[in-house]
Amino acid sequence: MNIKIIVRGKAKGTVLYTRHPVNFLGGIDKKTGQVRDRNHDLFGKSIRDKILVFPNGVGSSVGAYTIYSLKYNKSAPLAMVCLKADITTASGCAISNIPLVVAEKKEYESLKDCQEITVDAIEGKIL
Amino acid sequence: MELTKEEEAMLDGKHGETLALAYRILAAIGEATGADKLIPVEWAHLSGVNYNTIGDAGETFLSHLSKDAKFKIKTTVNPMGFDFDNVSKFGLDEEFITKQQSIKHSYQKMGASPSFSCIPYEIFELPKKGTQVSFAESNAAIYANSISDLKTNKESALSALASALTGKSPHSDLREEENRKPDLTIRMRAESVDEVTYGLLGYFAGKQAGSSVAISGIKELDRRSCKSLCAGMGTSGSCGMFTLDEGEGEKIDFDQKEVTKMRDELNTSESGDIITLGSPQLGLGEISDLVARLKGRSFKKHCMIFCPRAIQGQIHNLGYDKELNRAGGELLYDCCTCLTPLIDKKDVDAVITNSVKGAYYLRTSNGVDVNLKNLNRIVEEETQ
Repeated sequence: MNIKIIVRGKAKGTVLYTRHPVNFLGGIDKKTGQVRDRNHDLFGKSIRDKILVFPNGVGSSVGAYTIYSLKYNKSAPLAMVCLKADITTASGCAISNIPLVVAEKKEYESLKDCQEITVDAIEGKIL
Repeated sequence: MELTKEEEAMLDGKHGETLALAYRILAAIGEATGADKLIPVEWAHLSGVNYNTIGDAGETFLSHLSKDAKFKIKTTVNPMGFDFDNVSKFGLDEEFITKQQSIKHSYQKMGASPSFSCIPYEIFELPKKGTQVSFAESNAAIYANSISDLKTNKESALSALASALTGKSPHSDLREEENRKPDLTIRMRAESVDEVTYGLLGYFAGKQAGSSVAISGIKELDRRSCKSLCAGMGTSGSCGMFTLDEGEGEKIDFDQKEVTKMRDELNTSESGDIITLGSPQLGLGEISDLVARLKGRSFKKHCMIFCPRAIQGQIHNLGYDKELNRAGGELLYDCCTCLTPLIDKKDVDAVITNSVKGAYYLRTSNGVDVNLKNLNRIVEEETQ
């Protein structure tokens, strides 16, 4: 299993899976965790208390504060799994203590929506 | 990423909570970008200043941080939500004003220069060529890499903050010479060439490119068009620099068809209730050009003109403020079109602007329609 640890931690929860990049600043409601970007396939769903599986973050540099706001408002994901960790997502997760790992493509694509998984970002495993 | 003993100690909290936090951010982005070590940077430009974007969580965080944190290097900051000199006219609620004041105070207490500008490259003296800096504002990062011969990654608000607190950044991506070479060329084939077309070119390129892109077919790029290109590119993707030549690798055309496609994505109205100029903020050259174009004409609609405070004195000394006020323009300092709380969909249906970046955020964040057209047409159609 090829998992790269970006922010250490461990979390167990339900996968919320998307193939689309996430724009945290414009795309997510920082109070509730709801996806409010109408063009996103997760539109209307909430990332709160989920294991968010997404390719990478895009958009404004201020998105890092959106991730921190989600944590502050108790609406953050339990952990994040991505294909390519961008600076905005990595820095946002780092100050919010949200475990973040990068998975290889094969590993990433084997994850399914609604699946129960444990992200172990200490040992570097997804179970 | 290898850390020195001293850096390890800071990460472990042996030099206090603030530095531990900053090193935690640097360690995470170092891992994310595959950096080998941390290197010194000389200047940090921070985003995350507008209360509208960072909210209560950001305000509380900065207020706590500023109790004992001090910036180690030259640090400048992005625009905030409004111009304190003009705030009473906009009917913003007290809470917004108080929280914005607190954010402003926290940054200044930590040692930031009160620039409140998204065009640091135009209002500050630049360090020597090749200097490593840490710019979070995307148009400024792209401009710094592509035009000013500086080196920065497209930083996040928090990664640039970590650089400001430590004077360091991970050595990766565009900070390394070999990664600055573009692997994609966009061939400029559009018929009309104005600042809006260049903004759309940037918006298109940002969607296609990786870290760096070559753009061919441009003979001349004036300041206005160049800023528009940088801002458009920063809005749509993660690309952090361009070169003006034909590079190796894949080539794609940006032709009239693509111009129309990009424009249709952002232009949603044939007219508007107000005009905004700026995003990026206008520099002195653009203000002087605007004054020359107006020559006795007046705006038919309220026109907001966003500038950095740094040029207010010159604008006044040259009499531009008087002339713009006469024409019905309103000069606003320290703030900008993007994510402004000054434009509310309760009062405004559609906004006229020549800014591609502004158009994107007016639609997605303010929820208003946009009439995107160049300055020539704005002066022709919206003044008398």
